[in-house]
Amino acid sequence: MIKNINQISEQAFLLDFGGEITKEINQNVINVFYYVYEQIRKDNFLDLKNCVPSYNKLLLQFNPVKKNKNEIFNFINAIEVATIGLQTDHKEIEIPICYDEEFALDLHDVSIKTNIDEDMIIKSHLSTNFFVYMIGFMPGLPFMGDLQSNLSVSRLITPRVCVPSQSVGVVEKFCVIYPNESPGGWNIIGRTPIRLFFKNKKNPSLLKPGSNVKFRLISKKEFFELERDI
Amino acid sequence: MSNYHFVVERSGIHTTFQDSGYEHLQHIGITTGGVVDNNLFKIANKLLDNDFNETIIEFAYQGPRLRLDKGKAHIVVTGDVHFMISKKSEDFSEKLGETFKTYQLNEGDIIDILATKSSVYGYFAVEGGFSINKYNNSGSTLVRSAIGPNDGKCIQENQLVKFNLKSIKKNLKQLSYFSDHKDNIIKVLEGPQINFFSSETIKNFFKRTFRISNNADRMGIRLEGNEILSKNSSNIPSEGIIKGSIQVPGDGNPIVLMTDHPTIGGYPKIATVILNDISKIAHLSVGKKIRFQKVSFETAEKLCDKNEKYLDKIFQSITTI
Repeated sequence: MIKNINQISEQAFLLDFGGEITKEINQNVINVFYYVYEQIRKDNFLDLKNCVPSYNKLLLQFNPVKKNKNEIFNFINAIEVATIGLQTDHKEIEIPICYDEEFALDLHDVSIKTNIDEDMIIKSHLSTNFFVYMIGFMPGLPFMGDLQSNLSVSRLITPRVCVPSQSVGVVEKFCVIYPNESPGGWNIIGRTPIRLFFKNKKNPSLLKPGSNVKFRLISKKEFFELERDI
Repeated sequence: MSNYHFVVERSGIHTTFQDSGYEHLQHIGITTGGVVDNNLFKIANKLLDNDFNETIIEFAYQGPRLRLDKGKAHIVVTGDVHFMISKKSEDFSEKLGETFKTYQLNEGDIIDILATKSSVYGYFAVEGGFSINKYNNSGSTLVRSAIGPNDGKCIQENQLVKFNLKSIKKNLKQLSYFSDHKDNIIKVLEGPQINFFSSETIKNFFKRTFRISNNADRMGIRLEGNEILSKNSSNIPSEGIIKGSIQVPGDGNPIVLMTDHPTIGGYPKIATVILNDISKIAHLSVGKKIRFQKVSFETAEKLCDKNEKYLDKIFQSITTI
């Protein structure tokens, strides 16, 4: 359900789907996102410029010079979320991960903070069926959930100046993968040898809002073999 | 592709190719980007009879020094910019250039864009446009994401800057009308998380002045001198960001998000700078003081229309020299 349509600039509406961060609410956001995005791609629908899903909101950027704000508002208002249907790609994407101490910069600290053995954290992480809530912050970076609640840790007090690319980090019930080297405050528990963003491909981002993801354990030896092959 | 090109003898500061930016990519983390000052961009292309969205060169504080190594070119500089032209045929004696006026350069001639005066961004454009590799139909460089023309990088010293030239037009042109009224009052709309701030804090946000910090670029402008603290949490679930949004992180120093803003953000947003005032705040240099003034959506939209009419008036004032 779209709870509210707020205009936040001369060129944007922010659609509110509810206060909490749950997979159910996010699935509604993503369904509406694909519904709108497909129409934009087909025929430059309503001259919309961007459609950006996040946990519980959808941002629509339009062209203020076109003066079609009311038309866009009426279009949004007429969307019946329940009838759009699931727009998610159900294919599960497997991402290899190595938890070797060389890559898992904060695994030991996460173990101390949560009072759970490193092996158990890894086991829990591997058994989680992740769902991509949104992509953002940098090109191709997925925000995924939900981790088991006993693994919840807060951000690093002092963010790292440089997180190595393809590092896998956790905060609260979420998990991210850094596509590129970047500053960041997430607790790093492993690294994947595969790339997430290919700027010259037709679909540059490996993952999309709504993608299903599962991690697969690999050894350090496999990590370097895969990295070399890519 | 033509062989015509400039050689970059000095790169300037944050000199990049830009156009109106990217569309339909923000959901995979690629921001909108594009020129900071849309009016100066449009005027430059109009003066050269280019397509309205032809890619041009943007610089901050100091522009490039370019030598026309091969070919002939019609060029223009827009903004509040100090530049010199040295012609080979005149033994390279330096002459002061005028902005908003097109010039013909011949092989060997040099244009030296020394500095912006009381502003930050300036533009350099060439008739026919630059010969670049576009990304998703845009000629905008996103340096932080390494996306766009020039391998996603700033223009570097000693590189070539190629341009397209079909047939050079005979006429040189100039503007006879340009009004550049500057004040330091930035008009804003109420932000989506205004409820995160007490009425006292909101009052101070509008009453007291802020200072432009030295942490200001195409991504955002960090403000100082008037601490704004939210009454409860300084975090929200990350949500889509639009240019002009004013985020307030936990330390109380707001960030006005500019054209290369992150695609999503998790700080509460107290206000949004109206489109018409984005370039106004972007052109204020480090240390300048500003004050925010709240306006209605209706006013903001009217000002947006007014700017379109103002641009029309400028375009109509273009004359042949």
